Amino acid sequence: MLRLPTFTYHRPKTAAEAVRLASEHGKEAMYVAGGTDLYPNMKRRHQVPTQVISLQDVPGLHDVEVHGSGGVRIGAMVRLTKLEHHAHLKQHYPGFAHAVREISTPLLRNMGPIGGNLLLDTRCTYYDQSHEWRESIDFCMKKDGAICWVAPGSPRCWAVQSSDTVPVLCAMEAEVELVGADGTRRIKCDELYRDDGIVYLTKRPEELLTKVFLPPPGAWKASYLKLRRRDTYDFPILGVGACLWLDGDGVVTKANVRLGGAGSYAIPATETEKLLVGNQLTDERIAAAGSAAMKPARTMDNTDLDVYWRRKVAPVYVARALAACR
Amino acid sequence: MPAVAGPAAQPHSRPFIRPGAPAIVLAPMTEPGKVLATFHVNGEPHEVAFPPHKTLLEVLREELNLTGTKHGCELGECGTCTVQVDGVPILSCLMLAVDAVGRPVQTVEGLADGPQLTELQHALADLGAAQCGYCTPGILMTAEALLRDNDRPTREQIRQCLAGNLCRCTGYLKIFEAVELAAARCRGEQAEPSKESIHGS
Repeated sequence: MLRLPTFTYHRPKTAAEAVRLASEHGKEAMYVAGGTDLYPNMKRRHQVPTQVISLQDVPGLHDVEVHGSGGVRIGAMVRLTKLEHHAHLKQHYPGFAHAVREISTPLLRNMGPIGGNLLLDTRCTYYDQSHEWRESIDFCMKKDGAICWVAPGSPRCWAVQSSDTVPVLCAMEAEVELVGADGTRRIKCDELYRDDGIVYLTKRPEELLTKVFLPPPGAWKASYLKLRRRDTYDFPILGVGACLWLDGDGVVTKANVRLGGAGSYAIPATETEKLLVGNQLTDERIAAAGSAAMKPARTMDNTDLDVYWRRKVAPVYVARALAACR
Repeated sequence: MPAVAGPAAQPHSRPFIRPGAPAIVLAPMTEPGKVLATFHVNGEPHEVAFPPHKTLLEVLREELNLTGTKHGCELGECGTCTVQVDGVPILSCLMLAVDAVGRPVQTVEGLADGPQLTELQHALADLGAAQCGYCTPGILMTAEALLRDNDRPTREQIRQCLAGNLCRCTGYLKIFEAVELAAARCRGEQAEPSKESIHGS
């Protein structure tokens, strides 16, 4: 039986107390929201905090608030199931609601909150394995080892950004609130991530993600399209988050396209975006914009299915995601 | 032929009261590193001492001997450990037992009322929707929650609902049919499994 390592369990009653505990214990401490990412990782000894700080009793993190403008503030501890069925989100943020529905399984969505999904650990074929499996080929640099088994000559880790909500939230320019020891700051979702498989977040370890802000509905439309082997369970091996701003004539005034499941962060498809801005969304334009996404979808052999096939279908998936924004 | 055993002993959670006798006080079974807490499982209180890093699955199976809840992948990928906490189906392998203290926990043992099976259990049995049976407790707990909220689920809703419960035997078809049959019977309809479902077409 896979068992958790021993640890001390904290359930602080305020955000300030949680941050204080995390600061006090430094590298020994980790936050837990739903536990659906952390506990499997602890069972496989990827992450072995001796102090686990649960956020379930922290007030103010469990609500979805719709503002007068139609914008939405989501507490980090709101379960994915609640978001999936939220009437306002389904009506005004269908791309985001769809991305939530694509996450893993209903049972897991009953447990996992949005904050944990945004901070999901990066994944890799050579990392997401049991301790014994990893030991047998020698550990990789993401945990306990010194080499990257995906690219043995690489000085960096190539583990993959695997959250479904991140590409679409980055594309629609959502923001997050972080509470730290010296105050609260609000940053763009994009700014939360770095292009590194190990240190994939820009937030300090003791900073607590408390809220997600969705921009008010307007002349923009977002979509998310996920590639995976099965229709359930699987993490994305490509997750296209697209958000297009259109004027009255159907001309794209601004475009954000992010590719998840391809690199260590949600990669912007900048060429695709350039091809769209100033143009109408004709079939030809969408196909051309999709083709331009092949290069940034720099797939590597560290997730499911064949690496070259994945690269070939990236343009198709990007085009479909763009067409869904029409 | 040996004598048939009498009724099974009552669970130890039942209060042991002898009027007039001095109360028997057991020393709390705590040791350093353990917590003592009362779980409410299937409507019964259970006092258990357990280390705080134990999952709900471990406490249910190893401390309470409620082995109806199965352990499969233990990583949240198979759904056989599904139980209901606050009426919501969750994966007991990924919930700490301490987080379930004070909340109603429902396991597969709590479904039947004595020998009286629920409609869902009957339907699974009637249709042969359990083969090796290892996924069945998880399927039952997930589908039971669906039928509570929706007495007329569509095939697609059933598929979506059970998308987190792996079954490697049945191919799911009989399970979906069984949930539909149970829903019909719960609505009071005189539903029987189709001939094709039992004998094949």
